[in-house]
Amino acid sequence: MRPVSIIGIGCTKFGERWDSSLRDLVAETGIMAIEDAHVSGEEIDALYVGNMSAGRFVEQEHIGALIADCAGLSRLHIPSTRVEAACASGGLALRQALLAVASGHQDIVIAAGVEKMTDVSSGAAADALAAAADREWECFFGATFPALYAMMARLHMRRYGTTQEELAEVAVKNHHHGSMNPLAQYRMEVTVDDVLSSPMVADPLHVLDCSPISDGAAAVVLAPAEKASRYAEVPIRIIGSAQASDTLALHDRRDLTTLDATVHAARKAYDQAGITPSQIDLAEVHDCFTIAEILAIEDLGFFEKGAGGRAIEDGLTTLDGPLPINTSGGLKACGHPVGATGIKQAYEIALQLRGEAGSRQVDDAEIGLAHNVGGSGGTAIVHILSR
Amino acid sequence: MMTMKTKAPRFWRCIPQRYNLIGTHCAACDEYYFPPRSVCPNCRRDARIEEYKFKGTGTVITHTTIYSGTDDFERQTPYNLAIIKLDEGPRLTGQVVAPPGEVKIGMHVRPVFRILGKEGERGIIYYGTKFIPVEG
Amino acid sequence: MSYGVYIPKYRIRVDEIARVWAQGEEVSEGLKVFEKAVPDVDEDSATIAVEAARAAVLRSNIDPHRIGAIYVGSESHPYAVKPTGTIVGEAIGTSSEFTAADFEFACKAGTAAVQACLGLVASNLIDLGLAIGTDVSQGAPGDALEYTAAAGGAAYIIGSKDLIAEIEAIFSFTTDTPDFWRREGMAYPEHSGRFTGEPAYYKHVASAARGLMEKIGTSPEDYDFAVFHQPNGKFPPRVARKLGFTAEQIAPGMVVPWIGNTYSGSTLIGLAATLDQALPGQRIFVTSFGSGAGSDAFSLKVTDRIDEIRHSAPLVRDLITGGKYLDYAMYAKHKGKLRL
Repeated sequence: MRPVSIIGIGCTKFGERWDSSLRDLVAETGIMAIEDAHVSGEEIDALYVGNMSAGRFVEQEHIGALIADCAGLSRLHIPSTRVEAACASGGLALRQALLAVASGHQDIVIAAGVEKMTDVSSGAAADALAAAADREWECFFGATFPALYAMMARLHMRRYGTTQEELAEVAVKNHHHGSMNPLAQYRMEVTVDDVLSSPMVADPLHVLDCSPISDGAAAVVLAPAEKASRYAEVPIRIIGSAQASDTLALHDRRDLTTLDATVHAARKAYDQAGITPSQIDLAEVHDCFTIAEILAIEDLGFFEKGAGGRAIEDGLTTLDGPLPINTSGGLKACGHPVGATGIKQAYEIALQLRGEAGSRQVDDAEIGLAHNVGGSGGTAIVHILSR
Repeated sequence: MMTMKTKAPRFWRCIPQRYNLIGTHCAACDEYYFPPRSVCPNCRRDARIEEYKFKGTGTVITHTTIYSGTDDFERQTPYNLAIIKLDEGPRLTGQVVAPPGEVKIGMHVRPVFRILGKEGERGIIYYGTKFIPVEG
Repeated sequence: MSYGVYIPKYRIRVDEIARVWAQGEEVSEGLKVFEKAVPDVDEDSATIAVEAARAAVLRSNIDPHRIGAIYVGSESHPYAVKPTGTIVGEAIGTSSEFTAADFEFACKAGTAAVQACLGLVASNLIDLGLAIGTDVSQGAPGDALEYTAAAGGAAYIIGSKDLIAEIEAIFSFTTDTPDFWRREGMAYPEHSGRFTGEPAYYKHVASAARGLMEKIGTSPEDYDFAVFHQPNGKFPPRVARKLGFTAEQIAPGMVVPWIGNTYSGSTLIGLAATLDQALPGQRIFVTSFGSGAGSDAFSLKVTDRIDEIRHSAPLVRDLITGGKYLDYAMYAKHKGKLRL
């Protein structure tokens, strides 16, 4: 397996993109990434796209063919594949693209992610998202997606003393980061009070503990490391990539306050990269709900199990802290167009490692980690990137 | 707008599970499964799977109160959802019939037969098992 | 050979309903009904029927596979087409070898179901029959019926062996009398005011009761208890007096003051409350009433076996106590009166 690098990146603004269709978003990000990579259409060997649910949002399947078509590449007849792992679809697309290049099978491969969620009512969108959970045995019995994370939060609070304020701090931090990200859905700051007084969705999670419904797309271009500097001034190497699965339903997990899929994927990724968690300079983790970020920073090995809340409280994961988490604003403030998130995370890390993150730049960023989760933890995908 | 067609066949298939908590038991490793599993994760092809009807009594492991539900459950909000560990071992996700705020981790519960949801005014009614705190 | 009852936990006081419609305590005093049972938002006639049936099965510890017929009587079946009986069968674990159909005869659908089971069992066509009367009765807001229309149900397992009470004889009296009705598709029933008294309730209950006693040569003194359909707390004592039964005889079965009129469940819950207290050898006289109109009368004799199994499932008085009170607004939400 040969080393692979990211030679180009692109990301659309996330938010309620009323004027843009799914196709428009794909074209927008595709062009950005391709231009950033300085590749020509003829050089592209394959496309991978992560998309959770275009069928339910815009009644469109066959997304692989669709993005090739939107990118104007259909006449080149390149292979184009859609992958799905619920909210980890983007991370999965990146991984599949990586494997295609690492194996020597293909050279220049694009990994994209897109989701267009606002063409249906928010009730219908919530129902589509619930498909990431166990429809038969969780949703039919009345579970909603926030309810599942709420139950994890309650147990975490009971076992480790995590507080509602600590959960709220995650939202505060991510909104602060988002205010510095021109692509973020939400640019406004929020306070702990704002979060705690927002309507309750599923106790103890309030509206402001939850990531929004968003439209958006992102894309990265991969090339074999040995050819990367022909295209990019600062190629970013992917030094670790791993994927793990776990039971679909939350109630079947070994431990309701740990995402074993994250633990396993992270371990494998660190091994591949030959590093330990302490060597990570910044990370984009999957904060679909505030509690998810706390679980993530524990399960990725940055903090002891149970210590995530305190770490947030102590400011260890802010932009100026020792380990900045979610400088993009995370899913919470940047937005969560489901299939696009995993690629956006890679975009943000690459941007930071290149030194192009503007006001939210992390100083001396050398190694970054992207963490993407499907559903309540049925899939987890971890990538480690390095200058 | 896309309308949801009836999900009757999928629901019907699970009636024994929803009404009567019928799961499976692997006689080879003595583990109980609810919802039922046809493949035992411990034994896989060496499993000896048989049907098993759970008593339905159990303990609340964690819970939440849902204030914002999907359309099928609109009239029932707020309602309590919990992960319950059945006496025989497996955990399931179910609703607990009690005022919001009165469900506690560690509470003992027993099963009751209730309406789980309806497909609007004209569709079928999903019946199934919810849980109620055991007094005393 | 067994019985089971289910009454929902929620209650609303008649005085609370009266308050909303600018009436006072004269309503509850006049009707002799003080509070009624209200279903939870996720309960309906089917869930009540299932809980009652499960209690009946539990009480006698029978194998549900022996049940060869399930008849459910109600004025509020959840579906106009798709019988409640199939849901009950599945939920109590019967085999697929049974017949089922839903009954409607206003408040006497439950006793009609008992008669049907009796026929199949007595003729040896089936082993056991399950008859259920269940309702989540509706009363139009502001109408007199709203004060008493309540939710509850009772299930009876009919067999020829291991009896807790023997059905000695039955007699029915039925005419075409428009005292109370509900048209297809309408949410609330209509009634013809005072016409529902003499020409309807009293005439049919009395005729069925007298007819039965004549047929088998008994009189009120031969019975220890009597149970009459209970639309409110006034009609049963009045008809009892007319027929020659005493207040003491009907006392154990009078549940309406505390749970309201459970329509198809009414007479059957009253009978269950009586069975909860009856001793072996005692006799119970039962007469139901259903608008439209008709009455079914039964003469029962309690056996020794009642003592063995009586306490194996909840007693009616246990289901009556511990109710949770609602105000009118919550009550309206529970009953679905707030049309979304």
